[in-house]
Formats: sequence, C-alpha cells, structure tokens
Amino acid sequence: MNTDSYNDGAVVHTPVFIDGHSVEIPILKILKQDGTLYEGAELPEIDQKLATKVYKTLVFHRVMDERMVASQRQGRLSFYMAALGEEAASVGGAAGLKDQDMIMTQYREQGALMFRGFSLEDFMNQMFSNAKDLGKGRQMPIHYGSKELNYMTVSSPLGTQIPQATGYAYGQKLQGLDAVTICYFGEGAASEGDFHAGLNMAAVQEAPVIFFCRNNGYAISTPSDEQFKGNGIASRGVGYGIKSLRIDGNDILAVIKATQIARAYALKENAPVLIEAMSYRLGAHSTSDDPSGYRTREEEERWQANDPILRMKNWMLAQKWWDEAQDSALYTRYREEVLAAVKVSEKIEKPHLDTLITDVYDVTPVHLQAQMDELKEHINKYPDAYPFTAGKF
Amino acid sequence: MAQMNLLHAINNALDIAMTENERTVCFGEDVGYFGGVFRATSGLQEKFGKVRCFNTPLVEQGIIGFANGLASQGSVAVAEIQFADYIFPAFDQIVNEAAKFRYRSGNEFNVGKLTIRAPYGGGIAGGLYHSQSPEAYFAHTPGLKVVIPRNPYQAKGLLLASIRDDNPVIFFEPKRLYRASVGEVPEEDYQLPLGKAEILQAGNDITLLAWGAQMEIIEKAAEMAATDGISCEVIDLRTILPWDIETVTQSVMKTGRLIVSQEAPLTAGFASEIAATIQQECFLHLESPIGRVCGLDTPYPLALEKEYVADHLKVYEAIKHSINY
Repeated sequence: MNTDSYNDGAVVHTPVFIDGHSVEIPILKILKQDGTLYEGAELPEIDQKLATKVYKTLVFHRVMDERMVASQRQGRLSFYMAALGEEAASVGGAAGLKDQDMIMTQYREQGALMFRGFSLEDFMNQMFSNAKDLGKGRQMPIHYGSKELNYMTVSSPLGTQIPQATGYAYGQKLQGLDAVTICYFGEGAASEGDFHAGLNMAAVQEAPVIFFCRNNGYAISTPSDEQFKGNGIASRGVGYGIKSLRIDGNDILAVIKATQIARAYALKENAPVLIEAMSYRLGAHSTSDDPSGYRTREEEERWQANDPILRMKNWMLAQKWWDEAQDSALYTRYREEVLAAVKVSEKIEKPHLDTLITDVYDVTPVHLQAQMDELKEHINKYPDAYPFTAGKF
Repeated sequence: MAQMNLLHAINNALDIAMTENERTVCFGEDVGYFGGVFRATSGLQEKFGKVRCFNTPLVEQGIIGFANGLASQGSVAVAEIQFADYIFPAFDQIVNEAAKFRYRSGNEFNVGKLTIRAPYGGGIAGGLYHSQSPEAYFAHTPGLKVVIPRNPYQAKGLLLASIRDDNPVIFFEPKRLYRASVGEVPEEDYQLPLGKAEILQAGNDITLLAWGAQMEIIEKAAEMAATDGISCEVIDLRTILPWDIETVTQSVMKTGRLIVSQEAPLTAGFASEIAATIQQECFLHLESPIGRVCGLDTPYPLALEKEYVADHLKVYEAIKHSINY
C-alpha cells in the first residue's frame, strides 16, 4: 500500500480545505436522569443480578471516596483522589467486560477494581502503605494493582499505559485468547505523545484494545478548551482509522452498552475502539487541590444535577429491583465498614526493611545487597532516628 | 563453528530465540520485510511470519510502550531502536516504566521479558545523531540491565542471555563492528553470563578496562605498551549495569593502576562511576590516579571525529602517564 490508496476524494483545481471542525459526533444516551429510558434506546445486556452488582459498586465507590477524603483531611492519610460524579465510567466499563480482560488505568478508575472484587482491606492496605499492601508500600495512595484481578498497577506518569495497552492486547491476540485490554485515560492525558503513539500503533498493529477516554472537563485546573481545539477526543480516532464512539459518561447503561459492543468488535475484528465518555470531575483533582480557584459554583451545580449514581438508582427503583430502605441500609453499612477498615489498616506495621531492595531485579544484585548491609549497620547505630525499622531486621 | 560477522551473530541469536519460543516477537522501524536498516532481522519475517516480526510506525516511545505492555503480558518482546541516538523519545517508557515495573507493583507485574536492541557508537562518519553512546543515562536507572558486546561470539551469547534474562535489558550493539568484526561463532545455542566482566589478557603493571567497540582500541594500546615492556591486564566489562565490581577490583589490587576508556563524553560517563568505586575499594593499592580516556565533552563531531575519539594513542599516552606517575 502506498499513497495511491488515498486517491478516493474528488479532484479539485483550486485549494479546498477540510474544516478542522467538520467531524460531527453523535452522543449515545440511553438513560434519563429520572430513571426512564430515551425513546428507541437499546439496553445493554443486563439483568437484575448484574444491575445490582453495578449499583452496589457505585455506592461503595462513593462512600469510600467520601470517607477517604475525610481521612486525608483528618491527617490519617497522605493523599487521595476521588472520582465524585464520574463513577459510572470506570464501574460501567468493567461491567461491560469479562474478568479475563486486562484493565489498564490512569488513576481515577478505582471503580473498575471495586467491580472486579478488590477487597476493602486491599484498598486500605495500599493507601496506608503497610506491610500487607500488594505493592509493598512503594507507591503513593491510589496506585492499586492486582495480577489476580487483571488490573495493571497504576503508575503516576500520564498516558504511559496507552501504548502499553496496545502491546498487552497484541500479546492477547498472539495467544488467541478470548480477552481484550481496556485502557482508561483522561482528556488531558490525551495530549501526551504516548496517546498518539498508542492509538496509531493499535490501529496499525491491529490490537484488540478499547481506549476509554474519561473526558471530565479538567486536567487539574486546565479546562478542556485550553487543552485542545478539535471536537473532543473521539474526533482523533477518525484520523487514526479507529472506530470511535462518544457516550454520556454519566449514563451507566450507555457505558455498559458501549463497552460490550466495543469488546465484541475488538475481538472479532482484531482492531481497536475508542470511546469518549463525557462527564465532569465534581470533586477536586486530588486532596492537594481546591477547584474553587478555577471554576464556578454554578457550573458544579449544573453537573450535580447529572449525578450518575442517582440516575441509576432511579432506574433500579423503576425496575422494582431496589428500594429506598435497601438504599439507606447499604450506605450505612458501607460507611461503617470503611471506617472500621481504616482503623485496622492504619495500625498495621510498615513493610519490612528488606523490601526496600527486593523487586528492583528478579534477584537482588551483589552491589545492592552491600548497600542494604551498610544501611542496616547505620540504623543499628542510630535506632531512634529510624523507629519503624530499628530492631526489626 | 562458522565465520560470522556481528550482524550475522545477532540475526542468528534472534532466530534461535524465535524458534525456541513462539511467544518471542521482534519489531521496530523497518525491522519487518526489509530486515532492519542494518539487516539484523533479515529473513525473520519470512521465517516466522508478519505477526511475530514486523515494522512499527516511526515512534520510539510507542515502540517501547508497546514492548512494555507486550512483555508484561508474558510475551518475549525484542524491540529495536534504529539508532541509540533516537532512543530518547522512549526515555520515559524505559526509565519510568520498564525499569520500575516490578518494583512499583510489588512484583505483581514485571517486564522481565523485554529486550531493547539498539546500534550505538561512532566511527562511521555519523555525526551528532548516528554516533552516540548513551549507556551512562541508563546505568543511572535501577531496574535496568545494560549489556554491550565486543565481537560476534560475544554478541550472540550475550544477546541470548539478555532475551532470556528475567529483567528488562538494553542491548547496545557496536554498529562500527557490524560488518567489520568477523569471527568464529558456534551455530548452536549458547549463552554468556550477564553481570560478568571478562579478562582478555592477563597482565601485571596496569589494568585497562572498556566495553563494546572500545575494546579493540585498548587492546591496540596494550600491544603498543607491551613493546615498551609494560604488561597490561585487559578487561571487557560486557555488562554496564549491574557491573562486575569484583573482577575489576581484583585486577586493580594486583596491578595498582587503572585506565577506563569509553567512547562517550568524559563528564558523568560510566568511567566516572567505575573510577569512584575502584578508588574506594582499592585506595591503598593504587600507585597512580585512575585515568579516564573518553570522548571530549562536546556533541559527537563529524569533520573532526578522528581528533575527538578516545583512540589507541590517547589510551597509550594515558598508560605511560600512569606508569610514570
């Protein structure tokens, strides 16, 4: 194939530009805020059992976020990132996949991990960097990961997971597995070079990967109109030859539907899919940030009226799959459980000193062991300065 | 045994690695049908198919990002960066991702099955951007292994070891020697150990240490010194990270003198790290300051390449200076 293959447009003899905003993108909406469906809307594959699991996960997500932000304010936790108002994107994405599918995330997709069954204790142990953390206390709070649950450990650099997801999916294809990779990222991270690298390679290398953009309007304080000028992120898929879909990210049924369809397509065609979920980050970027400095209360209130969890609850009530008494009991139970779990995890001791040098390589090299021996001698000399580890090795 | 040049040896190693494991995949710019701009992957796509040996778009950060994902999935990823000079767009994927994958996940995930191949080094009239030796940047990153072979036999054995090693390895290939270096190479499978230096020539008066294409430079200088009656111990470091402190220390304890020579610029090059460690380990055995014979602290030049490089004469002068100190 060469440049001959582009010659399918009209031939003109004066310059005719294609407008930079000429791509019009429909947005998929299935569920109205009052819990009724739009006319002609097609439901995803969902029954009461799945719907209840999804809803409970959404509630758990909101409660855990709320409690952990409070814990950070109380000084019990160093850092946290809530997903207030955009929980449907991660929970719905996971609900539209199969357990064997790999989930690669940015950092605000704990909902997908909750749906997969990461326990409350696992979340807490990670956040308190204690000896029971699967990540051995090495990363800041919210950098979860679980091989068992096919959830790739979060890394802070933005967008790096995007080409990695392409490679992971390529490996799944190579093995002929009934599995795809979903890759989450924000609209801000889509400015990173890795976004362009990852999408282009996925299209060229024919990798069964679902790129899931959470367009929540802000990258820390930078609004999306200062991030890019094109028609959102979905329009970029066209340029890479990738099937793209825009959805209402606060519509849990639209998220599940889109992910289910994307999964089937990616597997059947060995091709990537791009989903852009439109939402709003109702909370702060992280506990280190205060959004009142860069946006208005009116704007926030407008989005509060689009609460994805309330929307799903209204649908569940209309289906007679859920009632108010169950609802308030669930919130109460989760609040108590999270509080209790915080109290347990914050008291668990720090990881053993030896974990400082393990996992740098598969086998610890001689020079690193020598550095550890030297460190231990030093700690023995000044035990008071190193209270977490002195006398414990 | 067959006569192979360094490219044949690399190609032969890749062939063995792809034959023994159907999950081994080779890719990079022009790596597919064309077989790479130096032909290191020649014939592999024909033999193993387009799915396992293929061209990638021109995007180094994408190649290594893709490779990280592929390796973390359990496939054996052998990625080629066309020139080491162009590895920097992938710096983040190497330094922040590959190197830290195992550590940051508490060993839930790793990219041990990743090997990055890249031609490095000068001497081909390549100017600034086809000549660099960037090993020191990566040697500063815990979690990586950095390996550089000096000849075809070493290239095959070290590359097979790198591909099979359960850590991400950067394998820099001395492109000046791709066709120039020819030697006996067994056609069967063999490995050479990572993290182990090799003593090429035993000597008593001074230790000369280098790696990759610089080995023939210090060997030539050692020959010149021999005519002056100076007995040089010549060592090939082979693995830059983690490096074989023990072998170098033992040698310097015996000779009392050390010259390290590298193609890369002097300041903060890997020779500096070696000098710092050896003065600490061997302080009371040293008869003279440790010498570094390196490129100048400039970008790699073109017209004045001959003057710039750490050639055998500069090494020879450094030997005499050390002996007469």
